[in-house]
Amino acid sequence: MPPVLEVRNITKRFPGVLANDQVSFTLEPGEIHAFLGENGAGKSTLMNILYGLYQPDEGEIIINGEQVALHSPLDAISRGLGMVHQHFMLIPTVTVAENVMLGKEITRGPLLDRATASKRIRDLSEQYGLAIPPDALVEDLPVGVQQRVEIVKALYRGADILILDEPTAVLTPQEAEDLFKVIFSLRDQGKAIIFISHKLKEVRRIADRITVLRRGRVVGSADPQTATEAQLATMMVGREVVLKVEKGQAHPGQVVLSVQYLTVIDDRGTLAVDQLSLEVFAGEVLGIAGVQGNGQSELVEAITGLRSAISGSVRLLGKEVTNTASRVLYEAGMGHIPEDRHRHGMVTSYSIADNMVLSTYYNDPFAKGWVLNSAAINTNAATLVEKFDVRTPSIETPAGKLSGGNQQKVVVAREFSRPLKLLIAAQPTRGIDVGSIEFIHKGIVRQRDEGTGVLLVSAELDEILALADRIAVMFKGKIIAMLPAVQATREGLGLLMAGVTNQQSVTPAPDDLDFAIAASPDAGANAPEPPQAPV
Amino acid sequence: MSRAPATTPSRAAIDWRNVFFSVLVPILAIFTALLIGAGIIWATGANVAAAYTGLFSGAFGGVQAISNTLVEATPFMFAGLAVAVGFKCGLFNIGAEGQLAMGAISAAVAGFAITGLPTFIHLPLALVIGALGGAFWGAIPGFLRARTGAHEVIVTIMMNYIAIRLTDYLIKGPLRDRNASAPRTPNILESAQLPLLLGPEYRLHAGFLIAVIMAFFINWLLNRTTTGFEIGTVGANPGAARYAGISITRNFVLAMSMSGALAGLAGAVTVLGVERNLKASFSAGYGFDSIAVALLAKSNPIGIIPAAIFWGALRNGAGLMQLQSGISINLINIIQALVIVFVAAPDIIRLIYRIPKTGDQQAVFTRGWGS
Repeated sequence: MPPVLEVRNITKRFPGVLANDQVSFTLEPGEIHAFLGENGAGKSTLMNILYGLYQPDEGEIIINGEQVALHSPLDAISRGLGMVHQHFMLIPTVTVAENVMLGKEITRGPLLDRATASKRIRDLSEQYGLAIPPDALVEDLPVGVQQRVEIVKALYRGADILILDEPTAVLTPQEAEDLFKVIFSLRDQGKAIIFISHKLKEVRRIADRITVLRRGRVVGSADPQTATEAQLATMMVGREVVLKVEKGQAHPGQVVLSVQYLTVIDDRGTLAVDQLSLEVFAGEVLGIAGVQGNGQSELVEAITGLRSAISGSVRLLGKEVTNTASRVLYEAGMGHIPEDRHRHGMVTSYSIADNMVLSTYYNDPFAKGWVLNSAAINTNAATLVEKFDVRTPSIETPAGKLSGGNQQKVVVAREFSRPLKLLIAAQPTRGIDVGSIEFIHKGIVRQRDEGTGVLLVSAELDEILALADRIAVMFKGKIIAMLPAVQATREGLGLLMAGVTNQQSVTPAPDDLDFAIAASPDAGANAPEPPQAPV
Repeated sequence: MSRAPATTPSRAAIDWRNVFFSVLVPILAIFTALLIGAGIIWATGANVAAAYTGLFSGAFGGVQAISNTLVEATPFMFAGLAVAVGFKCGLFNIGAEGQLAMGAISAAVAGFAITGLPTFIHLPLALVIGALGGAFWGAIPGFLRARTGAHEVIVTIMMNYIAIRLTDYLIKGPLRDRNASAPRTPNILESAQLPLLLGPEYRLHAGFLIAVIMAFFINWLLNRTTTGFEIGTVGANPGAARYAGISITRNFVLAMSMSGALAGLAGAVTVLGVERNLKASFSAGYGFDSIAVALLAKSNPIGIIPAAIFWGALRNGAGLMQLQSGISINLINIIQALVIVFVAAPDIIRLIYRIPKTGDQQAVFTRGWGS
């Protein structure tokens, strides 16, 4: 069968950047073709060209044997291309059916024919195993279902080629499994699928063929059956990547952070953190595992001075700091990698140099009295860019122009540039590439080894398992289990994250857990058994 | 992309290519507005050449004309800076008009009521009191926004009415000069007058110089001081400001006070430099037009200088234009409105003149596409 899509020698230049360099590939009907690449490797540019948002400088696109020029997404849609963006393009306040038919409405005279539209949507849902309720409001649907609405929207417009841009980034593992089933069903019925990702595991699991991009170029393709994760990572990054974080035994010291019976409410006024207690010791990583939305964000905000706690106490190095201004906490030795780098971590319109001093700009040598000292600010930035391997054209570049991984390195570099006693790292590697993850993980371990107490909050179980010395599982605002990392298993933690504690005898109250038991492997033998894997 | 080069460019280094592109659109906007204005003049049957010659020579033809243009430009400069400072902090100060009125009345009172001081004390004192009057009026909406979340646009609009009616009452009531036929305050003392720069036959006063110096000072303050860093951070990303330990409340109040002080100075220099007293019909819409000036200058303090002079030139040249071609002064309002439309919607200008978007602007397009 001829390829449904063929791309030949596509080149796209942006000022100062060669985003795509002679990229060629083919896509067969009934194929799942995965594109792997770090952030900034050119995946998104390539897909934006296919979807008609950018015009290539060179090269040709051939769809069903016919050379085409795609000037807008409308062109692309009329050629049978459909795209599901990472950030959904749905109107939350109207129904699924209305969203799906928007721009291509079924009408009866001047009126919308909702009944026919709903029926067509039901037919599509049934055909591909995409259960969606046509008459529900989009805002009431969970993220995984909203994503299916996007897929149905593309199919409704007659898409034969579906581009899925990082589709699992917003999904829970269970939702991702459901998505994979849908993708398989689409493939089996002849649709061609382009699957963009930087997650090695899922690409190996679902792709028929893998193409790896690096710095705008196709560096090779791989067979998911035979390629190992290590090989794929090496292709992606261009050098060997250590997927496992090397770290030695923790040598915990004094208590640096002590949280006692902390209660915090969220923006909607509901209880987010419920009488929570924990302690972080110098020279250890305490990992907080949990499905997102179980109060982790509010916990971090309360500890770092961004949100007021309604009761309970926080002590930093023995000093009472409940509801203290962030600046006071920073000056006492706290570092904070916030979970959302765009909302809190940086000012995207500011230069890298300015972002590197975002919380320290008023200190000598960055300011002499009232006046900023550009020379010192620039020297600081040049040093940190070098040390943290931030890939940027210059330190004057606005931070928003960098790829996600490099932006995160700017945040991490800034926080690590101060002497720290306590590091709060919330989702420190969310949405960034393998190379940057490796770099940031090493940095966190180095901080630990230098005696910093680290509180790591992550929705990625792999990250918790790789870095933490002790693991606390947070569920509905409480810590429902605390265990030494050596005793933790993926399956056990997964059950705990779902709130299942009754099968095991894991100590439920963290505040009376003796740290010595949790930290030392000898004593650990007496500690509660880790939860068992489900059968 | 490569590593950062070892050499670190200076923070103050000027990227001329950027300057060119940021100036290009406003200039083409003005050009296009004048072109459409020409079409309107032609449609009314008047002589386009005569109208524009009149406009130009009225604005720049001779020392007298230039002097008057710069006098007109001076309050726009101060009030334009006021709006720009607010923008920098993410605040839309619609209240320059009211703050200007409060500055004018404060400076007028300081000018006639405080007696027995030498010029070098009385004049600066009157200016400072004018600035404080505006600052006080600006601080109120800043405080309300920071503390209660009351939107500064609504509050400043309402405060405009209060300020304008309040000054009106004061001028017609307690502060009225009983010896004057028209309602106005007593004249300010000579010791509070801004000196004339070009001698008695020209109106150009020292307030113009103060405005230019102020533009450079505000530019320095916003870009090179910790205060400017804080205001800019709050304006660009309040979440990041909070994270960085920068007080949003403090900076809202500070920026609105600074903004009000600058608007107050616009009123003060007009009283101390031109009018010498405050009349009931004082308000000439400077406060509202200054929003347009700030927009034209893209809130760049240095850019405010030419933008304000352009605005002053249109106002000042309009009279001679009407005289020479019989075109209504209202045409100037149309041209001003067109300039603002084109500056506010630069894509129209880019489309007309086929100016490619710079790489920066294109790159923004990919945001949210998982790049």
